Amino acid sequence: MSVRAPVSGLDTLHPHAPVQVEGGEARIGGSAWKLAAYVFLENRLAVAGLVVVVVMFLFCFAGPLVWRVDLVHTDIANLTQPPGSGHPLGTDIVGKDVLGQLMVGGQTSLEIGITAAILATTFGVLWGAIAGFAGGWLDGLMMRIVDSLLAIPTLFLLLVLAAMFVTSVPMLIVIVALVAWLVPARLIRGETLSLRTREYVDAVRVMGGSGARIVLRHIIPNTIGTIMVNATFQVADAILLVAALSYLGLGVPPPATNWGDMLSDGVAYTYAGYWWLIYPAGIAIVVTVVAFNLIGDAMRDAFEVRLQKR
Amino acid sequence: MIVVVGVTIITFLLTRLLPGGVARAILGSRASPVEIAQFNHDNGLDLAIWQQYLVYINQLVHGNLGFSYRLNESVAGLLSDHLPKTIILLGISTLVALAIAVPLGVMQAVRRNKIEDYSLTTLTFVLYSMPPFWIALILIKWFAINLNMLPPQGPQGPISTYLDPVEASALVLPVMALALVTIALFSRYMRSSMLDNLVQDYVRTARAKGVSTAGVLYKHVLRNALIPIVTLLGLSLPGIFGGALITEAVFNYPGMGLLFWDSAQTRDYPVLLGVTIVVALATVVGNLLADFFYAVVDPRVRITE
Repeated sequence: MSVRAPVSGLDTLHPHAPVQVEGGEARIGGSAWKLAAYVFLENRLAVAGLVVVVVMFLFCFAGPLVWRVDLVHTDIANLTQPPGSGHPLGTDIVGKDVLGQLMVGGQTSLEIGITAAILATTFGVLWGAIAGFAGGWLDGLMMRIVDSLLAIPTLFLLLVLAAMFVTSVPMLIVIVALVAWLVPARLIRGETLSLRTREYVDAVRVMGGSGARIVLRHIIPNTIGTIMVNATFQVADAILLVAALSYLGLGVPPPATNWGDMLSDGVAYTYAGYWWLIYPAGIAIVVTVVAFNLIGDAMRDAFEVRLQKR
Repeated sequence: MIVVVGVTIITFLLTRLLPGGVARAILGSRASPVEIAQFNHDNGLDLAIWQQYLVYINQLVHGNLGFSYRLNESVAGLLSDHLPKTIILLGISTLVALAIAVPLGVMQAVRRNKIEDYSLTTLTFVLYSMPPFWIALILIKWFAINLNMLPPQGPQGPISTYLDPVEASALVLPVMALALVTIALFSRYMRSSMLDNLVQDYVRTARAKGVSTAGVLYKHVLRNALIPIVTLLGLSLPGIFGGALITEAVFNYPGMGLLFWDSAQTRDYPVLLGVTIVVALATVVGNLLADFFYAVVDPRVRITE
């Protein structure tokens, strides 16, 4: 999972989008941030991704306010009802409404995905920046720890940790973050190595700025592009990881649910032909992950342009 | 090498992190303090932590990966049953994935920005964003249930029976599920690698010398574009192992991944940690091999070093 396919070819999907705007700088003016935002918004797929994420959030968090169903009690009279009136997406194996489950499950999936991504990125960035800035034996030690952890395939490490510690939502977040911080740590360390030799770092030092100040106020803000791109991909990865973990039976205990849990319930009944237990949650995962990947991809392009134009 | 030591330290620390300690995990929650103390003493768990680590390393070096108290079998013995099956599954599916992904990537690069490229890009992008277990599930639903063409679970017998038509057909869906995810990854890389090479000077030189388009493509560009794929194979090993774990769990294929999953559910820690260390070592060795082959196929690496 540490290898990410280059998806930059996607920009070719919309031939009309101006990749290089002639005299674009004069038209846009403003800061480099505005330029990045401009390039991002020019990318229609990225905007579509953003819209999908916003809609998904509304669906999961505002949806339950409109679609009020009982998701706590089992309803034996209505087990595994096919989609129809009253239950647009049918009911699951204990008679709960699938549409309602999809909303509440989505809340957990999104919460875990985003919190884990933020936690992992924050920790990874600090770790990488400190290692890169310190250099010497400390850098060696810190990066060997990262290398060793990276050598253990993510899913295996995740399963061992999940088997050891009782799973609750906060615990799941911590466990996912625990295996996800390695990639940002490596990326940021690489960037720090080149950033720490810049003139402005020397300038801060001459003015008496401490190492902590250089790292926190100068080096990390300058890696913000990498950080944000990576964080977006992290959300997509975290959602997939949690889904896999839940599917493998190490997710959050009921009545809490997430998209992976819903799928793992549906599996046992594949033979019965209950397709509404398999498709809704699966499609929700795919759509959300695709959206986050599109956003991350466009951000990578946007920040690359920002760097080019500076 | 340092990474190998690091991996052993991590797995060692994981065993010591067990809630309630190793003794509780094996003897159960009703064990009396006396029993626990006896167990700890018998197994050298009352020694200093660095002494325990040395004992652990000594056992690892001698091939002793631990003992599964639940299955009453040594972890090494379990692995010798399950590991070959996983290797077969991974080998076949990786070969299948390469055989499909390389031509796909070439076609996308050649037909760049045309309808084939767009549709394949979209397809691989979506495939890449799908949870692997869901792909497996859909495959079962379509091919095993709706069409009733293939068995829904992997072959259960020993490897020697895999050539039997029934067992071979059982292998199709797991291989397909694993290959689909890898195809998405490989064909993306193949496409960008081809594109990188298509603009190189040697392509223009070859064209100027009168080599045909196909000749340039297959004799020059393809061979150069394949080089990064070697590294990619090494780098994606952890991902492929993860995919195997999920695929084996879905298809009930009795390989190392299924063993690992079963052990995770029953909290069989010796097996979990034994498998983890084997997989991690395989990853390290795989990366080393990838570096080595990279130097073999690309002389420039050797010269610059």
